[in-house]
Parts: sequence; structure tokens; C-alpha cells
Amino acid sequence: MRAYDYVIVGNSAGAAGCIEGLRCVDKSGSIAVIAEENRHIYSRALVPYYLDGKIAGEKMYYRPADFYKRAAVDLLEDKAVKLDTALKRVELADGRLVGYGKLLLATGGRPIFPPIPGLDKKNVFSFHSLDDALGIEETLPAAKNAVILGGGVIGLMAAEVLHRKGLQVHVLELADRLLAPVIDETASALVEKTFQEAGVEINTRNTIEKIHGADRVENITLRDGRTIPCDILIVGVGVTPRVELAEGTDIKINRGIVVNRNMQTSAPDVYACGDCASTYNFVTGETHPLPLWPNAYRGGRIAAFNMAGLEREYTWGTSMNAMHFFDLNLINAGLNITGSGGGDWEIIAAVDEQQKTYRKFVLNRDGRIKGFVLAGQIARAGIFLNLMRREIDVRGFRQELLSTSFGYSNLPDDMRWQLLENEVILGVV
Amino acid sequence: MGRVVAKPEVCIGCRLCEIWCSVAHSRSRNIIKTFLYEEKKPFPRVTVEEKLPLTFAIQCRHCAEPDCVAACIGGALFKDPASGRVVHDREKCVGCYSCVLTCPYGSIVVDPKRREVFKCDLCAGLDELYCVSHCPNEALVYVPEE
Ligand SMILES: Cc1cc2nc3c(=O)[nH]c(=O)nc-3n(C[C@H](O)[C@H](O)[C@H](O)COP(=O)(O)OP(=O)(O)OC[C@H]3O[C@@H](n4cnc5c(N)ncnc54)[C@H](O)[C@@H]3O)c2cc1C
Ligand code: SF4
Ligand code: SF4
Repeated sequence: MRAYDYVIVGNSAGAAGCIEGLRCVDKSGSIAVIAEENRHIYSRALVPYYLDGKIAGEKMYYRPADFYKRAAVDLLEDKAVKLDTALKRVELADGRLVGYGKLLLATGGRPIFPPIPGLDKKNVFSFHSLDDALGIEETLPAAKNAVILGGGVIGLMAAEVLHRKGLQVHVLELADRLLAPVIDETASALVEKTFQEAGVEINTRNTIEKIHGADRVENITLRDGRTIPCDILIVGVGVTPRVELAEGTDIKINRGIVVNRNMQTSAPDVYACGDCASTYNFVTGETHPLPLWPNAYRGGRIAAFNMAGLEREYTWGTSMNAMHFFDLNLINAGLNITGSGGGDWEIIAAVDEQQKTYRKFVLNRDGRIKGFVLAGQIARAGIFLNLMRREIDVRGFRQELLSTSFGYSNLPDDMRWQLLENEVILGVV
Repeated sequence: MGRVVAKPEVCIGCRLCEIWCSVAHSRSRNIIKTFLYEEKKPFPRVTVEEKLPLTFAIQCRHCAEPDCVAACIGGALFKDPASGRVVHDREKCVGCYSCVLTCPYGSIVVDPKRREVFKCDLCAGLDELYCVSHCPNEALVYVPEE
């Protein structure tokens, strides 16, 4: 059995964060990556850009071709099928055993397929991997009508791309509005308007009643009784953490693989990050899956420092999305408080439906930002994320948050110079 | 590699740093040609914040643990271990704005028309730091890494 100081299962954002973190602090420890997708490390978040023709295939790769070589990583192209946390080893599908000093589970998520008969047909795809992208690409030339199941971030990205490809696109969303878990009603309405103006059919409170066709989907009967033609069906209703390696071990699972702020699971020397994990959300203080690229990468990096013996805490993650649909840019982070607030929340908001701009900030009783949405104008959005992270009381300048030129200059002097302490030189005059 | 640091008390808000940053990143590197003739006007990567009488310039801090790098879905941002510079590879960038969402200083500049982003590259390949050398009041200085 070959043993490594560090073993990583998965070959994506979390793995990259971990490898790069490890090589900052441990240049010589041995590292192996176990990867079932037989591909160089790529970004699945680029699937829509690839299909849109914005980038060529090789630009899907997240790091240069010599990434593993330069980081002295052994790439084991196989699936990990069993984990033994007592003997500290992983078994691969081909029977090989790989021992570890420290293990990171960065196994990501699996696209959810609802229990609807017919989703196993040939022209049904998830929107999750390079294989999906290639399959969709192959199916497109003969396709005229697309149905997208799911009006969330992934479903809507798929809808936009297929519309651009010239298909007639129907989006089916069970909830009464798009992106309901992510943004509030006002922002949802802007998104829906954007899609409708582009000519995409948005069907809320609707879903698939029945799929027709032999080995391919041909028509779909909707819950509202209509039957629509379908040459390609994309299932984009979400991902579920891939926890199978942890099942049956002493590793605690709660939706995802539960980790503490050091990214450590309940089993010794086993860490987890990214879409497979339940991680700390600094806004809510709770631990749950936050399946987003920045969280996976940074989680992997923090795990790396801890794996190498340097204690670091991951208190950086929360829900955060940068999205764009047609000409509409949207950024949100933190809590998604709907309605007009009330109770514990103070809402500072301004909307212009004509210009399609929207800004909304959710403050708690102590004037701390706990969530925000920006639509249209998204410049310098990270400043708000920073104010949220640093728990700054914004009540003294709350209306200025609505200014599209908001910056550090809008903060009171002492607060500003404290936040920018190392970024400016004061006391020169 | 270090970064450029502002002295807000002596900044007069003339925005010459923005102008010269554009020039530094233009084709011609000539101030007249840049603004009169170049089809694609380069965006300044430094922002002068203004709330009078306060003005000060801010640009990428080339963070030790850069949030933008963690967030980049395209692999277009990385911290060069040798120089310490946080580098943006325009070839790899898809304009997703994840970096805009995460940069705590608002230092990723957006061209919404072209869905492009820009950031301070510490005048890579040039023989001077344009914002520093053209500030009439010496309100910008280069501070090397400790
Ligand atoms: C179309 C699309 C667009 C997205 N856009 C954005 C965006 O704009 N912004 C954003 O923040 N996030 C976005 N995301 C989400 C983001 O891509 C994920 O959060 C991120 O990829 C998670 O990285 P990860 O390393 O946790 O896991 P994953 O990327 O899911 O990778 C896990 C890897 O582990 C492998 N693996 C799993 N189990 C095993 C095993 N037993 N043995 C061997 N290998 C195994 C899998 O095959 C996979 O390659 C998008 C996702 C999709 C699908
Ligand atoms: S762009 Fe922002 S986050 Fe990235 S290195 Fe510069 S200051 Fe830091
Ligand atoms: S806009 Fe470009 S540089 Fe910024 S995160 Fe997206 S791909 Fe990376």
C-alpha cells in the first residue's frame, strides 16, 4: 500500500485550494489526488460559458497543464469507493489501497434528479460537468425546443445559453417565483422580466406531469395541463452533497459532511470542504452546505493549513452569488430576507424597475448588514461583503448605502481608517 | 512586491492617478493619443474616493490571502508566489464578477459594456508606477513588502 502525507478525494475547487494551501506551508510532504472524472482540473462553473461559445474547451481548465507536476502531486485517476478511518486508508475502485496522514474529502455535489419517470432518457441532462456540456453540445444541432426543470441559478444559466443557441426555451419552476431561495421578490421580478423580454417562457408554479417519448423525450405534459414539445430536457433543481465515502464511518453527516471551523470532520485526521460539506456560515453562525466556488476553494485552503499543523479558522463563508442573466447583473450575499422586513430586520432599499436597478440591505437591530442584493449596478460590491464580515454598524450612513458610488469615503473617519488601517498612511501633515 | 499606499491628507482629488493609470494601460502610453484616438479607452484601475473635503486613491492591495483569487471561477486570478503580485489573466477571465463580489476594497474595476474586469498590476512590464510618479502632491507611495 502506498501512503501519502496528504490525500485529497476530488479534483476541483476544494482540491485546488488545498493543494495551493499545502504548498505554501509544506513544500515536501507527499500529496495524492484521487479523481474519478478522467480530466485535468476544470471549473464546472464554466459550463455555461463553454456552451455559449465564449470560451474554448481548454479554457475550462482551472489551472495550467503542469499544475500537478509543479505542485508535486500524484494524480490517481480512479474512484475512491471505501474509507477506513481507523486504518487511515482509502480503497479505490480498482482495489488499490491508499494510506493517508491527513485526508481531505472534496467530493462535491451530485445533481438532484426528482423521481419523475422518464428522466433516464437520452436527451435529458444535468448541467453540472464537462460531460454534460459535451452531451448537450452534441444534442443541440437537432434541437428546437428546450425544457429546463428548475428556475434556480443553474437552471436559469442553462435557459439563457440555450436561448442564445436559438432554441425555444421553457423554464419550469415549482415555486411562485424564480431564484426564490437566493433573492427576494423584487429581484426575482427583475430576473423574470429580463427572461420574458428575451423571449424565454417562464412557467412558475409548474412542473413536469408526464414525459412522453420512447428512448428520447419528445413531449412533456405540464402540471397545468399543457403539453409542450421537448428536444432537450435540462434538470437543474440543485445539488446534494456527495457524502457516500463518509457513510458507515464515524464521520458525522448532517446533509453534508459536518466540519468544525478548522474544516475537520468528527474523525481524526479527516477534513472536508466544498459542496460535500456542511460548513460554518459567518452570517448565521450555523453549519450547513454552502455549495459555491469561493467557499470550496477557501475551505480547501483553510483545511490545508490545519492539515499541515497550522491552526486556521474558516469564518469566511456564507451564501454569496455573482450572477448575470442577459444584460442584468446581480450580486447577493448573506441572508435572503423577503417581504418588507419588519420584526428584527430593518430594510434599506431602492428599486428602479425601468432602469432595472435594485439595491437592498438587511440590517439587524444593531445596524449590522446581514444580507444585501444589488441588481444592475454591482460595482465595488465586495465593500458591502466586507462591512458584513467586519460587523460594522452602518446606521450612521445607512441611506448612503443606496448610492451607486458608495465607498469607504462614506464611512465616518474613525471607522474608515480603522478598516483601512494598513492601506493608507495618516499623520503626514 | 509590495503595493501602492495613499496619503489621504495630502491628496487633492485631482484624479491624475486615474488618468495616468489609463495611460499606463493604453496601447500608445501617450496621454493625448490615449484619450483622443484610442478606440478602446483603457479603464483606470485605481479609484479616487471622494466625499469632500476627503479624497484618497485606492487600488488592489495585492492581499496576502486574496479573496478574489479564492472566488475566481475561471482560474484567471492568482497570486504569483515569486513577486507577490495578484495577477489577472484576461485571457482566462469570463466576466462572472465573482471577484467584484469578494474584493473587500472594491478594487476590481468593471467595464459593464464589455463584461470585462481590470485590476492594478503594479505596472507590470513598465519602468515606473504611473500613479505614484504622476501624483503632483506625492500622495501615493510605493511600499515594498516587509
Ligand atoms: C453550471 C454551474 C455553474 C456554477 N456557477 C457558479 C458561480 O458562478 N459561482 C459560484 O460560486 N459557484 C458556481 N457553481 C458552483 C461551483 O461550481 C461549486 O460550488 C464547486 O465546483 C464546488 O467545488 P468542490 O471542489 O466542492 O466540488 P466539485 O466541483 O463538485 O468537484 C468534486 C469532484 O470530486 C469528484 N469525486 C467525487 N467523489 C469522488 C470519489 N469517491 N472518488 C474520486 N473522485 C470523486 C467528482 O467527480 C468531482 O470531480 C456552479 C456550478 C455549476 C454546475
Ligand atoms: S483585487 Fe481585492 S481581493 Fe484581490 S488582491 Fe487586490 S485588494 Fe485583494
Ligand atoms: S470576472 Fe474574471 S477574474 Fe473575476 S472572478 Fe470572474 S473569471 Fe475570475
